[in-house]
Amino acid sequence: MKNSVITATGLGKRYFIGHERRESYTALRDVLVNRARAVMDRISRVWSPGSAHVSGRVIEEFWALQGLDFEIARGDAVGIIGRNGAGKSTLLKVLSRITEPTRGQAEINGRLASLLEVGTGFHPELTGRENIFLNGAILGMSRSEIRARFDEIVEFSGVEKFLDTPVKRFSSGMYVRLAFSVAAHLSSEILIVDEVLAVGDADFQKKCLGKMGDATREQGRTVLFVSHNMLAIQQLCNRGMVLERGRLKFHGNVSDAVACYSKRESRDYSFQAIVIPDIELVVTSIQINAERSGIVHPHQEMVIDIEIECRRDVDRIGIELLISSPDVNGIVFATNTKTRKGLDVLLRKGRNRVTCRIDKLNLCSGRYSLGFGIDIPFVSFYFYERDLLDFVVEETVAPPCLLPTIPAYGRVYLDHEFHVESGG
Amino acid sequence: METSYRVIVAPGRTEKNYWSDLWHFRELFYILSWRDVKVRYKQTAIGVAWAVLRPLLTMVILTVVFGKVAGMKLESSAPYAIMVFAGLLPWQFFSSALTGASESLITNSNLLSKVYFPRLIVPASAIITSFVDFLISFVILVGLMAYYGYPPTWRVLVLPFFTLLAFLQAFGFGLYLATLNVKYRDFRYVIPFIVQVGMYVAPIGFSSSAIPDRWRPLYNANPVVAVIDGFRWSIIGQSWSASSSVYLTVSVVFTLSVLGYALHRFRAMEQTFADTI
Repeated sequence: MKNSVITATGLGKRYFIGHERRESYTALRDVLVNRARAVMDRISRVWSPGSAHVSGRVIEEFWALQGLDFEIARGDAVGIIGRNGAGKSTLLKVLSRITEPTRGQAEINGRLASLLEVGTGFHPELTGRENIFLNGAILGMSRSEIRARFDEIVEFSGVEKFLDTPVKRFSSGMYVRLAFSVAAHLSSEILIVDEVLAVGDADFQKKCLGKMGDATREQGRTVLFVSHNMLAIQQLCNRGMVLERGRLKFHGNVSDAVACYSKRESRDYSFQAIVIPDIELVVTSIQINAERSGIVHPHQEMVIDIEIECRRDVDRIGIELLISSPDVNGIVFATNTKTRKGLDVLLRKGRNRVTCRIDKLNLCSGRYSLGFGIDIPFVSFYFYERDLLDFVVEETVAPPCLLPTIPAYGRVYLDHEFHVESGG
Repeated sequence: METSYRVIVAPGRTEKNYWSDLWHFRELFYILSWRDVKVRYKQTAIGVAWAVLRPLLTMVILTVVFGKVAGMKLESSAPYAIMVFAGLLPWQFFSSALTGASESLITNSNLLSKVYFPRLIVPASAIITSFVDFLISFVILVGLMAYYGYPPTWRVLVLPFFTLLAFLQAFGFGLYLATLNVKYRDFRYVIPFIVQVGMYVAPIGFSSSAIPDRWRPLYNANPVVAVIDGFRWSIIGQSWSASSSVYLTVSVVFTLSVLGYALHRFRAMEQTFADTI
């Protein structure tokens, strides 16, 4: 295809994960200590040649992207969809040259600007005016380009009055508006936009995306857009790419891509059977909203189905379910059959089905994990896994707005109502 | 619109168009340097006054301690204060540039992980800030010389050469320390110590002639010494012997080797900055 702006062949990116420590950087102190330890080990092996030597640090390789082949045509708006850790961000980073691929190559024809964060490089001490120049330069605009578009940017942001105020005195709304405006006026032929745009007020987002949409349609610019919001993807993009564990699962029409993604979001969790030999049972499947396709919506019913096969009758066990949020790294809710049903949950020999029905899912939109456990009540767990299945709770967005409005945020949605008595 | 702009992203590819990229991103270099300078003088409450006070106060203290209390003598007729200031000038530039450059990658880590540009720009622009301080100090020196009625000679014309040497030294060492800083995050505690010790090891409060001859070769192994002696030679006419020329040559060779090695290490590490930072 002659008209392609991005051609990737066999693109792959490998990371090494150390299991001993979590930090990505090393401390010189640790290196010295480890070397000293290695020397000590060697000496002690000389003294006792029979003892096994276990190396201190286990390093595992991890392919964030693997064998990606795709072409993106000029003027396309491509939505990149995938679960957490599917490689979306890595792909964006590789394409925007922040990090090199380990294998393969991508040919990019045209200037590329990436917007992985709103207001990258904004300095709080500098004024609005100065930050426009700074941010523009960081995003790859030349000074003459920024000067030419300066008035347009300022007008678009609506913060004219505060141009000479240091941005540290800006409200967060003003800050985001200014940052957005610079981004919306980028003149590069290819624009990479990460989810970051999902902040700020809805009206302004609409204005911003409208501006970017115009650029795609009228000037033939190419946009790569990552989001978890399927509605936004469907409205802004005409093509879609679904990534799954670093591989390209689908590339084509955007509605097919969303359908492909939603399908696996609800059903195929790649759930692996849990075998618990102590009580001779196998948990064969756990599903969320098995009959419904798509993502879980707040305020609606959520049904968790668990299938357990037993070799013999089992009593005095509890089945625990928990919902945790990776964003806040904490458990949002946990429940156990022992508190709701007493201690006599009895699984019969053969196939059993346990269903947990949540009438109204009072969770705010975001990513969650479902955890599962089987225990001897008050004694110990046979099995406990906090992050067994991921699911996304998503607000249904009213059509005129492309990005999620945030009517309420946090983790738990509390039923509430406002009463306002205006002064007369 | 530059429709002809074409990039190939592949392993090892950035190596090939690195230098042309560096040219392409020169505006970012200007603007980052400008930002650092601007922020530096905005952030400190007394702004530019600080850039004047700091070298001046250090000079006064060193002059009192070494000149008056320790009673060190000078071979030239220059006032002790000017001798001290002529040494302080390159040293403060070197030490602040070294500190700034070595911390620059960490302080700009959000940029490194979100946008692409040749990473060499970051430590280079950090040095520019120190250079502005250096220029301010230089104006103070001119004021001091006027105050003492000590006119410069033609030798001042050689000063840009020594300044360039100091620049290359700070860049070379700064670059290397910057890569170490990304890799070993506790390394930054070592740098203030190096700078502090350097202040006493280098001939700042005193003249190099105070060092016994037999220790001079060892003493001059420190490449900064040649720069300071060079500054004193151009400003106060400190004597220049045959051995001074040898030391200077050694310092130039040493500086260039360090710079070459640091560039090599930096380029090798650069690709992983975004992943490790």
